[in-house]
Amino acid sequence: MLSVRGVTVRFGGVVALDAVSFDVFPGQIAGLIGPNGAGKTTLFNCLSRLYQPSAGEILFQGQSVLATPRHRIASIGIGRTFQNVALFDRLTVLENVMVGRHCQTHSSFAANALRLAGVVAEQAGAQARAMELIEFMGLEDFTHWPSGGLPFPIRKRVELARALAAKPKLLLLDEPAAGLNHDEVHVLEAQIRRVRDTQDVTVLLVEHHMSLVMSVSDKVITVNFGRKIADGTPEEVRRDPEVIRAYLGTAA
Amino acid sequence: MELLLQQIASGLTSGAIYACVALGLVMIYVSTDHINFAQGEMAMFSTYIAWALIQAGVSYWVAFGATMVIAFAGGLLIQRFILKPLEHAPVLALVVCFIALLSIFNSMAGVIWSFTVKQFPSPFPKGDLTGAGLVSYHQIGVVGVTVVMLGLLTCFFRFTTLGLAMRAAAQNASSARLMGVRVSWMLALGWGMAAAIGAVAGMLVAPIVFLDPNMMTGILTYGFAAALVGGIGNPGGAVIGGFVVGVLENLVGTYIIGNELKLSFALVIIVGVLLLKPAGLFGRVNVKRV
Repeated sequence: MLSVRGVTVRFGGVVALDAVSFDVFPGQIAGLIGPNGAGKTTLFNCLSRLYQPSAGEILFQGQSVLATPRHRIASIGIGRTFQNVALFDRLTVLENVMVGRHCQTHSSFAANALRLAGVVAEQAGAQARAMELIEFMGLEDFTHWPSGGLPFPIRKRVELARALAAKPKLLLLDEPAAGLNHDEVHVLEAQIRRVRDTQDVTVLLVEHHMSLVMSVSDKVITVNFGRKIADGTPEEVRRDPEVIRAYLGTAA
Repeated sequence: MELLLQQIASGLTSGAIYACVALGLVMIYVSTDHINFAQGEMAMFSTYIAWALIQAGVSYWVAFGATMVIAFAGGLLIQRFILKPLEHAPVLALVVCFIALLSIFNSMAGVIWSFTVKQFPSPFPKGDLTGAGLVSYHQIGVVGVTVVMLGLLTCFFRFTTLGLAMRAAAQNASSARLMGVRVSWMLALGWGMAAAIGAVAGMLVAPIVFLDPNMMTGILTYGFAAALVGGIGNPGGAVIGGFVVGVLENLVGTYIIGNELKLSFALVIIVGVLLLKPAGLFGRVNVKRV
């Protein structure tokens, strides 16, 4: 499904990622963990084409992600959410989710300006699909609220709904549990599973919340100082001495 | 009383035109954070194109439509070929660029069509509604055309997916890009639409102020004032601001300071708004997270 091969990113003299390779298979939920500054978000930004790696290749369904222009990422089937939530604050929840569908709509400017029949149908379709997702994420009460004023956990759900609107095959979640309380993390865990099971997507998540990662993931990839140090089932990774050293340090 | 009504009517007419100019400014401001100083001159140039078409024997409304299309294409091309290469340029470079565009359009119009003042036809019948010189048909026409255009624009932005994509691109460009929105093209469309709206303003005002290369200078100043009153960054506010400024300007000019000082009233509004309520009537206060 997703194959990351030897990806290296340098910021000036700092090597943020050093030849990281791993695979994610269809239908998996994969967790990417590592201490602060390990390079997790950097890797995510390469996947969604915000950064250009200096070496390596990323393949998505056999297709090179790095050769795909940024505005096409959504239409080849990669969706993502952000650590600190990047919604369109002045648009309503419904409108936010509808923008998520943008890459699936095709009518031209002229047709839009003239409001041709096809556009009306497309618009209605987009709205219906958006409403489905809003229901799916339990956001019905907020449909017509501007997203900017909503509480953080709700905004995170809106962002997830928006990402799902593009019908992604691979969903990248950047710290979905950050800023959530204990109960909300439980809800999130169920939601991630439900998304994978019912929306037919593969999930790759970056997360600090260990119990969430360990319980939800089928496989866990660990990075530290830009290098991959472990890759396996949650059980294997939990016992890995390298991982324990990275998180707990070594005796002086 | 009669004078008052007359002044309010003519204030609403100028207000409609200021609203169009302000709307053009705001459309570009919300998506790029730039103030297009050439907005007025672009409108003036478009009006000359309409004039040339009408002189060539084209009927008024055909020329009107054709000019909007030409202005749209012109705005789009300016964004693609002049502003897109300057995407990462510092803001001062852009200000210089806008001022350059302003004087280029101004001089070009002068070279092509000369600086002599020309009459521009009005598509509306002469005379007035009440028979007492209160409200002329042209005034009603100007307000009508503006309101229809604003209505269409509102529908476009609210009810079409492309309008939604343009709003999304203006609010959060990188997020929009990840949703598959082609942000750079959305900016180009915004420029095209702003230019077309400006062209309408120019064609509507030309029968009143007469056509010459400097006709939009004062109007642009009122447009700025209108955009600021409404809260720059709020399209609906810009329109209301336009009407407010138009009516106030006429009343203040007639009853308080006299017509010669009317333009300075626009400047007073600009300074006043910036000093007392920088967010305008409907603008949002920008809070920066640190």
